[in-house]
Amino acid sequence: MTATSVALRLSDVHVSLGGHEVLHGIDLSFTAGRWTSVVGPNGAGKSTLLKTMAGLLPVTGRIFLFDQALVAMDRKQRAQQLSWLGQNESASDDLRVWDVVMLGRIPHQDWLAAPSVKDHAVVETALQATGAWHWRDRSLGQLSGGERQRVLLARAMAVQAQVMLMDEPLANLDPPHQVDWLEQVRCLTSQNTTVVSVLHEVGMALHADDLVVMQAGRVVHQGPCADAVTHRAVEAVFDKRIAIHALDGQWVAVPKL
Amino acid sequence: MTYQGARCSARVVALGLLMLCALGIALGSAVGSTGIESWFSALHDDTAWQIVWDIRLPRSVGACAAGALLGLAGALAQGLFRNPLADPYLLGSASGASLGVAVALALFGGNPFAAEFLVRLGLTGAAFVGAVLAVLLTLVLARGVQHTLRLLLAGVIVGVVFGAVASLITLMRPDVLQGMQGFLLGSTSFIGWNACVLMLGVLLVCLVLAFALSRVLDALSLGESTALSLGLPLVPMRVALVCVLALATGTAVAQTGLVAFVGLAAPHLVRSVVKTQHNWIVLLSALMGGVLLLAADLLARLLLSPQEMPVGVLTAVLGGGYLLWLMYRSQTSRAAP
Repeated sequence: MTATSVALRLSDVHVSLGGHEVLHGIDLSFTAGRWTSVVGPNGAGKSTLLKTMAGLLPVTGRIFLFDQALVAMDRKQRAQQLSWLGQNESASDDLRVWDVVMLGRIPHQDWLAAPSVKDHAVVETALQATGAWHWRDRSLGQLSGGERQRVLLARAMAVQAQVMLMDEPLANLDPPHQVDWLEQVRCLTSQNTTVVSVLHEVGMALHADDLVVMQAGRVVHQGPCADAVTHRAVEAVFDKRIAIHALDGQWVAVPKL
Repeated sequence: MTYQGARCSARVVALGLLMLCALGIALGSAVGSTGIESWFSALHDDTAWQIVWDIRLPRSVGACAAGALLGLAGALAQGLFRNPLADPYLLGSASGASLGVAVALALFGGNPFAAEFLVRLGLTGAAFVGAVLAVLLTLVLARGVQHTLRLLLAGVIVGVVFGAVASLITLMRPDVLQGMQGFLLGSTSFIGWNACVLMLGVLLVCLVLAFALSRVLDALSLGESTALSLGLPLVPMRVALVCVLALATGTAVAQTGLVAFVGLAAPHLVRSVVKTQHNWIVLLSALMGGVLLLAADLLARLLLSPQEMPVGVLTAVLGGGYLLWLMYRSQTSRAAP
């Protein structure tokens, strides 16, 4: 697979939740090895889009993962290639951190098989990368919100999927760990992993390679983060209440007062 | 590495609980109205042998097995419904069993703990059939097992309606009242070797199945969507887990009546001792349930000796107290920074 191949492609995807259509005909494609951020106002359908791409919702339309139809894929094979981190997923307090991250290895394990040496190594790497290694023996209930989020992040990374979908991965993270996460995503994309993240903080989202701008269940723009057209599209969906400026070679979003 | 250490401690707990089970059964065979003398004279005295071998031992082994079934079912229910207050009777099996017993009593009359083998078998069968029918009805009303909340609500509805019908039967036939009450309180007094073998066999099957399916419970504890995203076939596995839950509960209820709180408390006790994956939680909860019911059975026989209390009264009082303490503790720990 070359660096320019398409990892995920959606064609005329409609999704209804509870009888209401929330995604109206989405056409998108995500280039392999790039990081795309999805931004948009509350209720734009960002999380639904991510869940849809993870194959967790019934849809009309077609979704392709590396040119294979997502619905036709073998469950396990799909789980190996696609990792999903949800937002506000309830996690039991009783599981130990180590065991939580090991769950990310399920797609690679045979039923009833004990974790392999590789599984142990991957879990350790993921825990080290998110700085959660030191409390691997604690249970989730003993962790703060940010620490918990780092464990769940490690769980998603332990899948070692080629496509990672993350919904608000920075929730509850303090600034140093947000920067850690940015570095980890850069490291993942340099290994040709495709990352799609939903981020409500526009400033963080602007660090991505590409931006998908959503509003009211539709994609209004998809383009590189460095592009002025993209910036105008972001400002437009947020009612021009924010402005995007360059600062020290980075893009920042500031409130327009 | 330390994670190995944690797994060892699960083994240590398992070993400890096994030893407690053995101790409880040994004690159970030595306690009774004729005291420990029967134990020493059992080898040369036929009556003493009968008391130990045919009454005390099956009763103790049976209490342990029934408790284990309830503990196992409790761990499955709490994992499956991702709710720490879930108990094995949640899917309506308890009220189904009581309705079965009420119908059988009204039709044939008599005491549910009568020693006559046929009556006993009939009532046990009626309780089991009632429990299974109630669970099936719950599943039909909830239209499958996918929707957890719907399943819980359907269980509540079935429980209330079946309970009401059972009460109505009891009201219309006051002569079955005493027998019904005995069943509702739960008792280990009349477990014979047949019941023991049956319960142990079902326990073994349920344990193997639960152990094999435990990974789904682990994944479910991260949320349904996450479990799905990990490529697990949730629907068939949930169906299998609900079946194991119903089989374990139905078998225990049919033999011992509605023993309260063991299924609810055992998994909590286990989790307060050791944090581990569900395969161990399931196994340890079964052992813990066995120990709990054995201990309650011993106490029930000792407290008012030579009279005895229905074991369900004891488990209700002790379990209720424990739950209250748990509630208080979780409140204070949440209030703390």
